[in-house]
Amino acid sequence: MEKIALEVFRYRPEEEQTPTFQTYEVPLHKDWVILDALNYVKDELDGTLSFRHSCRMGVCGSCGMMVNGDAVLSCAAFLTDYRPGPIRVEPLANFPVLRDLVIEMNDFMAKLNRVMPWVVREQEKPVEEGEYLQTPEELMDYKPYAMCINCMLCYAACPVYGLEPEFIGPAAIALAQRYNLDNRDEGNAARMEILSTDEGVWQCTLVGECSTVCPKAVDPAGAIQRYKVASTTAWWKSKLLPWSR
Amino acid sequence: MSHYPRYRQFYPKLYRKRMPIFWWVHKRAHIHFIARELTSVFVALFAVELVLLVRALSEGPAAYAAFLDWLASPLALVLHALAFAMLIFHSVTWFNLAPKALVMRVGKTRVPAWAVAGANYAAWVVVSAVLAWIIL
Repeated sequence: MEKIALEVFRYRPEEEQTPTFQTYEVPLHKDWVILDALNYVKDELDGTLSFRHSCRMGVCGSCGMMVNGDAVLSCAAFLTDYRPGPIRVEPLANFPVLRDLVIEMNDFMAKLNRVMPWVVREQEKPVEEGEYLQTPEELMDYKPYAMCINCMLCYAACPVYGLEPEFIGPAAIALAQRYNLDNRDEGNAARMEILSTDEGVWQCTLVGECSTVCPKAVDPAGAIQRYKVASTTAWWKSKLLPWSR
Repeated sequence: MSHYPRYRQFYPKLYRKRMPIFWWVHKRAHIHFIARELTSVFVALFAVELVLLVRALSEGPAAYAAFLDWLASPLALVLHALAFAMLIFHSVTWFNLAPKALVMRVGKTRVPAWAVAGANYAAWVVVSAVLAWIIL
């Protein structure tokens, strides 16, 4: 059986101050992804290795890692694509590391909450009036942004987030746009106070890597640039037509 | 017992890595990005040159002639050739990114990306032609 080497980032805070790399030889099955190889390491070679995973099929967004420097879902990256190896597996970049391949994501969760990723209504209509209707065209306005699985690959690929940690970041802004572009939502003005700031969309310099690494083709870079246009338009409108809302 | 164990908050020893200054040299996409950003320096230089030209014009014919002489010098020509190449790169990369920011609809269909970029290129050609017609 052909083998391939995995160079895995190890950080055990109770044992070491600085991380090291540990090499494991794993069988190169053609239907194995990086996550299968890591599970093999944990089951057969070294039970102390820590990493997150859940669905194994690109839906849950838990198993994001840096593989040879690229942010990928480890359940969607086949070993054979990295032949002859070695394959360097590291935790998602730009996040603090808790242990081995496990990152701490409190910052992202707090930012996600700040942009109000839910349908905001000024006034809920009574239940008797029925549901909020939406045409297929209105659905398509925001559907691509609704595909986000919060895997944070875009944050790991974004150098702006790495350099300026206060940046709200790609996924949170894309999800804000998902609700801004929803015709049932009325939270645009409230979200603008967060998005239309320096740490909101204006810190983005359009590197574009967030959209390149996105496993769900969400295009956060596009969402942010569209919001820059909306933010600028709103600013001019507030200066030229101050009486309009 | 009157002994209350003190609550100790979860306080992990996190490992944080700083981004090095040369973070952008490892990936093609990042080098391309930095090149695009740095070419804006040449855009600024052209603006400064225009201001200096206007100043020379306001100072009289002698100053204006001296400025034109400097523009005709071999060093100025080389610098301008370099700056022109940088500006072409700057314009092309930004025009190609325009469809990301501009999402327009005609009726129910979205204007395709090539049409948005194409409109920018067309405007570029028209403005250049008008300027060439005025100057030449």
